[in-house]
Amino acid sequence: MSWLDKVKSTAANLGKKISKQEQEDWFGCTRCQEIQYPSKLDQNLYVCLKCDLHYRIDGQQRIRLLVNPDSFQERDVNLVSLDTLKFKDKKKYKDRIKHYLKDGNPKDAIICGTGKIGEHEVEICSFDFGFMGGSMGSVVGEKITRSIERAIKNQSALIIVSCSGGARMQEGILSLMQMAKTVSSLQQLSEAGIPYISLLTDPTTGGVSASFALLGDVILAEPGATIGFAGPRVIKQTIQQELPDGFQTSEFLLEHGLIDQVVHRRDLKTTLENLLSLLKNKPIPKPRAELKEDKKVPPSPLDKATSL
Amino acid sequence: MIQILEFEKEIFALENEIQRLLSLSYMIDSVGDISHEIATLRKKERRMKHEVFSNLNGWQKTQVARHRDRPHSPDYIQGIFTDFVELNGDRHGGFGPSIIGGLAKFESQSVVVLGNLKGRSNEEKIVRNFGMPQPEDYRKARRLMALAEKFELPVVAFIDTPGAYPGIDAEEKGQSEAIAGNLAAMAALKVPLISIVIGEGGSGGALAIGMGNRILMLEHSIYSVISPEGCASILWGNKDKVVQAAEALCLTAQDLLKLKMIDGVIMEPLGGAHRHPKRTVIAVKKAVRAALNELLRIPAEELVKTRREKFRNLGVYEELQEKDS
Repeated sequence: MSWLDKVKSTAANLGKKISKQEQEDWFGCTRCQEIQYPSKLDQNLYVCLKCDLHYRIDGQQRIRLLVNPDSFQERDVNLVSLDTLKFKDKKKYKDRIKHYLKDGNPKDAIICGTGKIGEHEVEICSFDFGFMGGSMGSVVGEKITRSIERAIKNQSALIIVSCSGGARMQEGILSLMQMAKTVSSLQQLSEAGIPYISLLTDPTTGGVSASFALLGDVILAEPGATIGFAGPRVIKQTIQQELPDGFQTSEFLLEHGLIDQVVHRRDLKTTLENLLSLLKNKPIPKPRAELKEDKKVPPSPLDKATSL
Repeated sequence: MIQILEFEKEIFALENEIQRLLSLSYMIDSVGDISHEIATLRKKERRMKHEVFSNLNGWQKTQVARHRDRPHSPDYIQGIFTDFVELNGDRHGGFGPSIIGGLAKFESQSVVVLGNLKGRSNEEKIVRNFGMPQPEDYRKARRLMALAEKFELPVVAFIDTPGAYPGIDAEEKGQSEAIAGNLAAMAALKVPLISIVIGEGGSGGALAIGMGNRILMLEHSIYSVISPEGCASILWGNKDKVVQAAEALCLTAQDLLKLKMIDGVIMEPLGGAHRHPKRTVIAVKKAVRAALNELLRIPAEELVKTRREKFRNLGVYEELQEKDS
């Protein structure tokens, strides 16, 4: 019996719930080699049952994971990229866009919309790595900006889930300027006192990490994600040295004071919900002028606690 | 040794010929009057320079933009301002050698000056980290912008960097946050900001002092999301494809003006800034004066508002019509 057959037969004996199809579809975890069955992996939010490796999920899956069921309404669905520079490397940018559009959804590297997390209405933007490595061009910049503008208008919190290699080279300087554009709008959100929580997932690098991703009021990251300004390959080439273990991981950033917390995927929604409750707990407004005759001090939520 | 670029060789040959004839002309007895020949060659030289320098492709511009003899930030600071006092340090443990900054006077107006520093000699290049800023450089720039705001002084920033430093320590100290924080600071800056690309505008590392109310570029400077070398090695899988990459990236001042990403181009003397540094500094001084004159009249809130609007509107995309469903 070959090694492969042995593994397969063990897998077959694990439980009858695994369908025949799944016996075909299993694969070894890329980190710990543990056998992964698609349905079990799906139930476990695409996290390895043994070693906790967080597999990359797409923009839609991410939104399903974070917002209340059926609460999500996608916005600005129909923005598509244009090839302003007539960019051509081995392939024309125009043809690349066409290729991705043929597959249908999403129409660019980010999905944005309005949804609810617990009782909180949020504007949420979720990158889709499957679309040109989640790279940021004009469409991504515009969709994020529009989400920020909606958040300001509706006084709802902003969540951006980054999963991107950075700026989209095929849009040249236009993509670089999306950094300035998104941060410009974020500054207005910040001045309006509206919370922005940034969630970093694998990977978050380049122009995305060096703009809105690292500007959250609170910054969270999934375990083991690669996060940094320069890609590891570029750094290695520049300094001509091997990189230390764990360099540019979420845990590395936490250790260096650059993010607030590393949060397991299963705890993300509750963490977000809790943070939103804490950040949006505005002080009780002062009594209005016409209520002046009534000298009674308005009750404070702390009264209960102190009277105990 | 003069650094002569490939496409300048013919011009230099012609210049040498003119020099030879000029020295001969002092011996007029033996060669006769050759002033006419010299004048003809001079004309030819001018035509040739014009021909070469108005048709530089992206990669050639990159080489001019990186030329060793181009004026650097200190040359502009010295030539444009008076009473310069250098201010150092990010106040968080870093000195910041790759960005020079300080207070100076432009005629009667106090300003805060910032500029990328590449260094010219080998020793200085090492000290300045080849013009690749570390987080402390950006934080120093941010601190000086805050100082400018406090004392209501305009900021003039000279951009000339291959990009932010990609290194282990830079990541440990938060290179991403350093750049992002500067972008946020510039989005809120209540004083005029003039950003001038004098050589290389290397990606986010350049943008970190580049969100000006006016963004200007010298005629033969470049500004790009990635270096031609980086782009060639990622998209072509071959770092020798720099000519194609530079062309595709549309990184010249003329491209950026056409794309409406910048506000203006400052013309360089014929033959390039690297051959005429003093005249280039004067051209930049004129541009700074014009921009300051314009911006100093604008109230603070308006400066912030218009700067934000300007960046808000950058980007090109299409919005498809909703299909019947």
